[in-house]
Amino acid sequence: MNDPRSVGLVVPQTARFDQEILLKSGARLPGFELVYETYGALNAARSNAVLVCHALSGSHHVAGYHDAARPEKTLGWWDNLVGPGKPLDTNKFFVVGVNNLGGCYGSTGPMSINPETGKPYGADFPLVTVEDWVEAQARLADQLGIATWAAVIGGSLGGMQALQWTLEYPERVRHGIVIASAPKLSAQNIAFNEVARQAILSDPDFHGGHYYEHGVVPRNGLRLARMVGHITYLSDDQMAEKFGRQLRHGEHRFNYDVEFEIESYLRYQGDKFAGFFDANTYLLTTKALDYFDPAFAFGGDLRAALARAQADFFVASFTTDWRFAPERSREIVYALLHNGLRVSYAEVECDAGHDSFLLDAPHYHAALAAYLEGIAP
Amino acid sequence: MTLNGRFDFDRIAAWITPGERVLDLGCGDGSLLKFLQREKGVRGYGVELDPDNVTACIRNGVNVLQFDLERGLSGFEDDSFDHVIMSLSLQTVRHTVPLLKEMLRVGHEAVVSFPNFAYRPHREAIAAGRMPVSRHLPYQWYDSPNVRFFTIADFDALCAEQGIQVRELQAFADGRPVAGEPNLNGEVALYRLGRSGSGTGS
Repeated sequence: MNDPRSVGLVVPQTARFDQEILLKSGARLPGFELVYETYGALNAARSNAVLVCHALSGSHHVAGYHDAARPEKTLGWWDNLVGPGKPLDTNKFFVVGVNNLGGCYGSTGPMSINPETGKPYGADFPLVTVEDWVEAQARLADQLGIATWAAVIGGSLGGMQALQWTLEYPERVRHGIVIASAPKLSAQNIAFNEVARQAILSDPDFHGGHYYEHGVVPRNGLRLARMVGHITYLSDDQMAEKFGRQLRHGEHRFNYDVEFEIESYLRYQGDKFAGFFDANTYLLTTKALDYFDPAFAFGGDLRAALARAQADFFVASFTTDWRFAPERSREIVYALLHNGLRVSYAEVECDAGHDSFLLDAPHYHAALAAYLEGIAP
Repeated sequence: MTLNGRFDFDRIAAWITPGERVLDLGCGDGSLLKFLQREKGVRGYGVELDPDNVTACIRNGVNVLQFDLERGLSGFEDDSFDHVIMSLSLQTVRHTVPLLKEMLRVGHEAVVSFPNFAYRPHREAIAAGRMPVSRHLPYQWYDSPNVRFFTIADFDALCAEQGIQVRELQAFADGRPVAGEPNLNGEVALYRLGRSGSGTGS
């Protein structure tokens, strides 16, 4: 694969942190590891670093590929954004992707060995929050010698981390880029997460979260959780257009096998996901989403919560995203305006629902590219 | 001299105090805000619906918010801007009166410009039996984005009726200020507006 706009073959790295971390829940981890990747080169002033934060199922593998024999199959999750000459241009920026604490792609999480028991943490891994992720990411920044990020960028749950960075370390972020995100989940959002969690928790193979010892995984629960999630990531229009009422066999067969194409699609997505993602990570990540609410400590006043921020902002939403609807992004925008912060906001027409943030709709990438071009390296 | 009306930039700038907060509704590619940022050091925000213009604003280093003005300004706080500007787009908005009132709620003053339908050549076109087509009304009747057709006299009457104070009016033709009879000689009208009884200072 000789795509000049690809960062090419990448090899993940591991950073070790031996200092204890106190989590928002009050729990402590004696130390931890984060798996990360970098693209581009850090400049002499160490001023061109951009942190990419991942969402529910994402990872440190943002761009490029892991297997030169199968580049298309091992592509990073935001490869259309990051690379030489792409909107997040690695000729200009030093881009860092990191798997969050509690993740299942190599960073310390439920699958890691608990030093106190010599066995995997499983359900004993403490719940982590967006604040905790930012704290862990800050330690990685320290280790990489990055005092200030040129930008912190993320979509969905990743956007929450970008926003949280500007609040937790206002002097360490020049630009916050918050895409398809929200200042907090709605009751409907939490409801979907709860259905996903119940699917996992009620799977007989879950074993209270200690399924590793039993040599099983709660595959059915995880599969259901992903199916529910997938419905909410797509728009009604797009589902109608892509699948409609198409029948697999061209006739009604009056049974519970796959009949409609949408069923086939959901089962495929669920099976695929359950084959590689860890159920405990899924559970704790949905809780991190539910807990995120920077205004909570300010009596629900988001404007007061964002008063700490100093960064410039780019906020974007997508017209057909009903999981993180444009209204939620506008709440962030108005709160930033209240605080006199510089902000641009794009409300992009795209029919792909919440997943639009991972696509490259022309107006979306054009606006984002223009914003990123305006950032001094 | 462009259709964007750069001729009125200097006059608008003269009404702006350095360092002000300015909101430009229908800001296009952000040229006016870029000009005001450079000349007056304003803290500016533009509102624009067209995605290509949104990108152009960002390239121009102008804060831009992709909001639909027909949904109103309810998200903006009272008195949060010194000036709220609407340059050459009032005629494209359906909810004229609510929008003007909102501009004067959000801003201490409003600056509004629009093409004057009663400009002499427009009157002549009508007298000749055809809808006017000119530099500032460049569209055919069937493809015009304009939804409101009004004159300087109409606008004055509306302001009087709605308790909107006209603090200054400058008409332009061919890119130059017009001295007498603005409603006849003015191609474009530029107004500085305030709330009645709240003083005349900017």
